[in-house]
Amino acid sequence: MIILWLWRRWQRRRAAAAAEPESGAPTEFRPTPAREGPTAAARGPLALVLHQARYDLLGVLRNGQSRFFTLILPILFLVIFCSVFGNGKVHDVKLSTTYVPGISALAVIASSFVNLVISITAQRETGVLKRRRATPVSAWILIAGRTLTAVGMSVVVVAVLLAVGRVAYGVTLPTSTIPGVAFTTVVGSVTFCVLAYALSSAISNEDAAQPMVQAIMLPLYFISGVFIATDVLPGWLHHVAQVFPVEHLSDGLHHAYDPAVHGVGIVWSDIGVLAIWCAIGLAVALVRFSWLPKAAAD
Amino acid sequence: MEPVVSVRGLRKRYGQFEAVAGIDLEIARGEIFAFLGPNGAGKTTTVEILEGFRARTAGEVSVLGVDPAHGDAAWRNRVGAVLQESNAEPGLTVRESLQLYSGYYLEPRDIDETIALVGLQEKADTTGTKLSGGQRRRLDVALALIGDPELIFLDEPTTGFDPSARRTAWHVIDGLRELGKTVFLTTHYMDEAEQLADRIAVIAGGRIVAEGTPGTLGGRNSMAATIRFTLPEGTGADDLPPELRALLAGEDGRVTLTTDTPLVHLHALTGWAIGRGLDLPDLDVRQPTLEEVYLELTEEHA
Repeated sequence: MIILWLWRRWQRRRAAAAAEPESGAPTEFRPTPAREGPTAAARGPLALVLHQARYDLLGVLRNGQSRFFTLILPILFLVIFCSVFGNGKVHDVKLSTTYVPGISALAVIASSFVNLVISITAQRETGVLKRRRATPVSAWILIAGRTLTAVGMSVVVVAVLLAVGRVAYGVTLPTSTIPGVAFTTVVGSVTFCVLAYALSSAISNEDAAQPMVQAIMLPLYFISGVFIATDVLPGWLHHVAQVFPVEHLSDGLHHAYDPAVHGVGIVWSDIGVLAIWCAIGLAVALVRFSWLPKAAAD
Repeated sequence: MEPVVSVRGLRKRYGQFEAVAGIDLEIARGEIFAFLGPNGAGKTTTVEILEGFRARTAGEVSVLGVDPAHGDAAWRNRVGAVLQESNAEPGLTVRESLQLYSGYYLEPRDIDETIALVGLQEKADTTGTKLSGGQRRRLDVALALIGDPELIFLDEPTTGFDPSARRTAWHVIDGLRELGKTVFLTTHYMDEAEQLADRIAVIAGGRIVAEGTPGTLGGRNSMAATIRFTLPEGTGADDLPPELRALLAGEDGRVTLTTDTPLVHLHALTGWAIGRGLDLPDLDVRQPTLEEVYLELTEEHA
């Protein structure tokens, strides 16, 4: 119901915005004015990555659909799951405590993968990347800038989910494992960003992007401990899930949230698998990165 | 002085189809050059090879002294491109889009000045995706100019525009001349080429079929003129003096004469009419229009 209500509200706002094409400047999310002096390019690659990330973030935050799927939907999922099942217990741990890391994994993937595959494909197919190609900016700057944006968003959403879980549902997080949550979130986010670049290079048009990412991710969510604990899965299915990065992001986060865990809460085997996927993704992304629309490719 | 663009024997083949079948071009600094041709003639293929977006099958190409197939960041600092199709930067206003792009360059132009140059001052804080087609194209021109390039490519900058949007776009392109930019313009509108260009090359079927200034293209200046008029009631073409009858090119209610010496034959015609006390109220004499020249040049390749 809440999703439906929010969806309708978003649709109405979109219709209202379309009816007023001259409605002028968006006043929210305004960046600070460009400063005088050397340009981002003149200040070096790091400054240029930050420059790109700043404007990518504006673009994402101003897109109602991106805002809904990356920020609002994960919080809604958490509220729904905790409200319905939250007070049950598994191994003496409140179920809400297991939903926060599961939904956090979903949120990281929403910001870093789903949203990214769709926007990269759309930007490539509509000539936005091609126009940037006519400037001196290099591909790795664009990839790094957009990745930084997604990592920033992931960290914020994971923090919000933790705060909501803590305040509303009494989720516990031993303070010693905060580095584990943060580190796993960042590694997971970077991994899914480069995988997004890798996958988008195989998608030929923007209409195919959305169904493609959902077809890949939905089954993985269900077998990777995002919605359902992995202990209830048949062993073979869990082994299948363990091949893919979703399970390792989810497992790493679950571990960091487990009240029985002491230390920094980093599962190095999960980080290792994520790193392997990250390396594969990066290699594919850099080799297959395309500035030009596939439709007009030669 | 070394030409800004120099092309020798350029070819591009897609499978069996030869989109560009061996063209030569030379464009001098500060020139506005129009590449005119019907859809599918090879214009965009050529311009995308010059921009470094496409690989060529054969030929020599030099743009600002560099082979565009190996253009690096330093080269892209000096070249601007307005693409035929490209959406606005998602979510960003006109000014923010220019701020983003200016960060890519070492010595960009002033942002407000560039917005003024394309006449988008009142839209500076409007989201790019909410602009009209004409305004969005002017934003594209601003984005191509922000790096202060020496050479700017404009690929069909006014296709699909209404007449007033075209006028505005032409004014903007004319402004590039005052900045001393070299402009490579592709278009399928004859009037656009005539209005803007110092020099025009007509491409059809992948080949350059004519090259010249708007006044001399395709031998326009030496082409036969046309004299047209309606004969008064009771007078037939047979009543014309023999020297004019020999020029008769058509009679469909109106008589059409074609002549290389319009002054002489007009004199004969008016002498004959006045001598008989006839009036020729719709008499008109004209040179072929650029459009007629163009259609004739491209017809055989259509």
